[in-house]
Amino acid sequence: MDFVHQHLPALVVALPLVTGLVTAMVGRRGAGWWIAMGSSAAVFALCAQLLANVAGGGSQSVTYLLGNWPIPYGIGLVVDPLNAAVLATVALIGCVVTLYARRSMAQEVPEDRSHFFWALWQFCQVGLLGITITGDAFNFYVLLEISSLSTYTLIAMGKGRDRRALTAAINYLVIGSIGACFYLLGVAYLYMVTGSLNMADIHARLQDIFATWGTDAPVYRKTVIAGFAFIMVGLSLKLALFPLHLWLPNAYTYAPAAVTALLASTATKVGAYGFIRVIYTVVGPDFAWRYLHSDYILMICAMMAILGGSLMAIRQVNVKKLLAYSSIGQIGYIALGIASDNVYGLQAAIIHIFNHALTKGAMFMAVGCVLYRVGGVRLEHLRGLGRKMPLTMAAFTIGGLGLIGVPMTAGFVSKWYLVGGTLERGWMGAAGVVLVGSVLALVYTWRCIESIYFGKREEGAPEVREAPLSMLVPTLLLAVASLYFGMDSRLTSDISAQAAHFLLGVRP
Amino acid sequence: MSHETTVLLAMGVPLAGTALIVALGRWPNLRETATMITALVTFALVASLLPAVMAGQQIEAGLGLSIIPGVPIAFRVEPLGMVYALVATLLWIPNSVYAVGYMRGNQEHHQTRFFACFPVAIASAVGIAFSKNIFTMFLFYEILTFSTVPLVTHKGNSDAMRSGRVYLGVLLTSSVCLQLLAVLWIYSLYRQGDIAGIDFVRGGLFESAVSTGAVTPAVFGLLFFLYIYGLGKAAIMPMHKWLPAAMVAPTPVSAFLHAVAVVKAGVFCVVKIVVYVFGVDTLRATGQSAWLVYAAGGTILIASLIALFQDNLKKRLAYSTISQLSYVVLGAALLTPISIMAATVHIIAHAFGKITLFFAAGSVYVAAHKTQVSQLDGIGRRMPWTMGAFTIGALSMIGVPPLVGFVSKWTLLRGVTEGVALGGSRIEETFALVVIVLSTLLNAGYFLPIVYRAFFRPPSREDEHHPHGESPAPMVFALCTTAGLTVLFFVWPKAVLSLGAAVMEAAT
Repeated sequence: MDFVHQHLPALVVALPLVTGLVTAMVGRRGAGWWIAMGSSAAVFALCAQLLANVAGGGSQSVTYLLGNWPIPYGIGLVVDPLNAAVLATVALIGCVVTLYARRSMAQEVPEDRSHFFWALWQFCQVGLLGITITGDAFNFYVLLEISSLSTYTLIAMGKGRDRRALTAAINYLVIGSIGACFYLLGVAYLYMVTGSLNMADIHARLQDIFATWGTDAPVYRKTVIAGFAFIMVGLSLKLALFPLHLWLPNAYTYAPAAVTALLASTATKVGAYGFIRVIYTVVGPDFAWRYLHSDYILMICAMMAILGGSLMAIRQVNVKKLLAYSSIGQIGYIALGIASDNVYGLQAAIIHIFNHALTKGAMFMAVGCVLYRVGGVRLEHLRGLGRKMPLTMAAFTIGGLGLIGVPMTAGFVSKWYLVGGTLERGWMGAAGVVLVGSVLALVYTWRCIESIYFGKREEGAPEVREAPLSMLVPTLLLAVASLYFGMDSRLTSDISAQAAHFLLGVRP
Repeated sequence: MSHETTVLLAMGVPLAGTALIVALGRWPNLRETATMITALVTFALVASLLPAVMAGQQIEAGLGLSIIPGVPIAFRVEPLGMVYALVATLLWIPNSVYAVGYMRGNQEHHQTRFFACFPVAIASAVGIAFSKNIFTMFLFYEILTFSTVPLVTHKGNSDAMRSGRVYLGVLLTSSVCLQLLAVLWIYSLYRQGDIAGIDFVRGGLFESAVSTGAVTPAVFGLLFFLYIYGLGKAAIMPMHKWLPAAMVAPTPVSAFLHAVAVVKAGVFCVVKIVVYVFGVDTLRATGQSAWLVYAAGGTILIASLIALFQDNLKKRLAYSTISQLSYVVLGAALLTPISIMAATVHIIAHAFGKITLFFAAGSVYVAAHKTQVSQLDGIGRRMPWTMGAFTIGALSMIGVPPLVGFVSKWTLLRGVTEGVALGGSRIEETFALVVIVLSTLLNAGYFLPIVYRAFFRPPSREDEHHPHGESPAPMVFALCTTAGLTVLFFVWPKAVLSLGAAVMEAAT
């Protein structure tokens, strides 16, 4: 056990990497899921332990040296309140969705390719967990590519049901690669002026450079600004921040159901984490917000995301696409929280990363259950399912109420902190947009709810019944969790407050 | 049993009742017994608190949920809340008797869902009544909205769905975009130390903040505006659209929710925030509430005018409700101790009168299948009890002695004269006086023709082929009870006035 404790941060990434390779090599039918399940459960246990260490521990940030190479020569893994929370979110969702994916995947992906599916499934999580835990800017890029490459393939595996999955995947591949290149280019610029790739080290060296900017002889001003801009645009593509969101709706719509659930609740969230990490711990808010005023750019993008995403969602008839557009709006909430630059706003961003993962995860999984039983996810397929699949639809409805931000759901807690943060910042307009966003969410959720509970199934439509237990239980688990964290937000509030105080460098 | 437990049980018992009603869904007689017992027990619990409240005792309770850490869900029973809770729980008893008769007489479907939603609405009404801070009030206000949607859309046809959308749309848009913004704004003022708390206190939260300049009169006025229109249930124009739309619901719903629980929640909250959040003296000193006199007066007149031209009986009653609600708002806006008392008395008077009128309208529908005023010729001879009760209700609305409506109108006029005596702006008091006189004429104008048709016009030829008598006994019993109470409260006005005086005492 000592070994495990000592090497916790490395194991979080190494374990799924090894099991993923094993899965690909074993190649036997049926074994893939068992390995993936075991591995993701173990990873969740590790991440929960990391979070417990951080939440209870006195030290704020712990660095683990890979191969004992000293910083800045080797790669350091960093655990602090911020990424411990994100790691736990990613691992939790990974674990629950893996449980869910067995039946749904068996229906959507040909059996001779299932071991590849499970290997990629694990590599995707390796990438996401790695991005979150690494303290090295270049390593971040490598893991970003690992997660993206496996994601492209996972999305393309939806071709069995709908061949448009292929174009969606290639679309994402092109945009995702551009994003990754932008990020790498930005890191290269920063490397040029600081000579370091370690995030903390870059931060320390940038301070010396910033110090010259007030004087008559500013050094590297344009290089740093260009580097920062490239990184931000690259990450915005991964995050699908409006107006760089175009890859997202089709990718979510045509990917296999389980893949959509995994991506929606983890991939964009990790992108948001990257945003916070770069702004608050690499370049620092003094540069990004108070020198460049990029918080206003982010605020405007966020407001457009909330309004644009929600308005587009209202027009959709395919429920998966509807939820995808709603995700674009919800990403806007997270971005707005990041931009508001105060404890409440950052808390909102971190809480919403978690709460939205639960909410959207539950909804996409519920939609997956419908796909499994009914074979389609257009609004007309939902008609009358309130009686046929009551539990699945209950989970969907709870998720929908969470998107609106009805009190007693997790979404309300996020909204409370978010509006509180924007008001504290003095952004009345943004606070108004958030609230208008929840009304728009009501409109698109209500369209689904009307179909589900007040629509009638067509005469002669084949009989449907409740989704299989192995899919239903994980769906309900996330839905109930979103209710629980809506009624008792002590855990999420405390951890996010710790992270926000850590990021802003203020004592609680 | 301690008072604290009683307060919590007053909300817990109805919720338990809902569970029981769902469980007994298959046995209608048992199910209805459960409704009756729940209604009686809930009223007994609320009434048992009355002596202590009248004696000036402080009764507090809390719910151990931390939706937002640091913002407790807490209850405090004070006279104003007591009035609303008493009215709501008392009238639930005759309404349940009536609903059983109506639903069975009409052979409505989904009766279990129908009866299961009522207690949730009652529990949230009690929660609103006893709320200790603005967050708790908002929370239960929202639950009340959601628990009543299935009742409004009960019929499930496209008409009902459209009304459901209007209902939810107006109520949720106003509460989320305006009320929640105001709540969060006040909370953020509290966090920044500008005001002392978010609990309801005598004299309001802003007394010292406005006088020291920590909160400018402009912000204070804007908050007041946001809050008043955020309480969409009070149906001040143009937030009234939901009320006529909700009339598609079965009559017991209209009678109880849209004459008592929901609309009274709106005006009760208006009075409560005027008295305990913004403070009568602070509002008077800053003059930020003068517009409300005109908004309320305008609503009274315009809604009465619209009511004149409605042929649908329930629609006419709906517009009459909108106009009568604004009497309560007018009382609050006049900002004198006696006008606050008048507002309280009118909450009671209107509840008893209007529920009688709705009961009568539903009774006519069940017995004669008539919905239009123009069809009512001579119906008083066939349904003497129903139309007799209707006449009593109508006269009480107009404010004729010997009915309780006279008591409330008289008190309101005393409030106006007191306003003049206190040196208020003469213009507003004069306007209020004109509104009261004109609206009395208008009330007579839209109610008396119905009474005239029913009793003094001969029945039309067609009717002679469709013989019918009174509606089922439970309905007649219920409407006679409430009509009797309107008479009783005139004969024994101390019951009402002492409550009003207690409110006045506690408020100013």
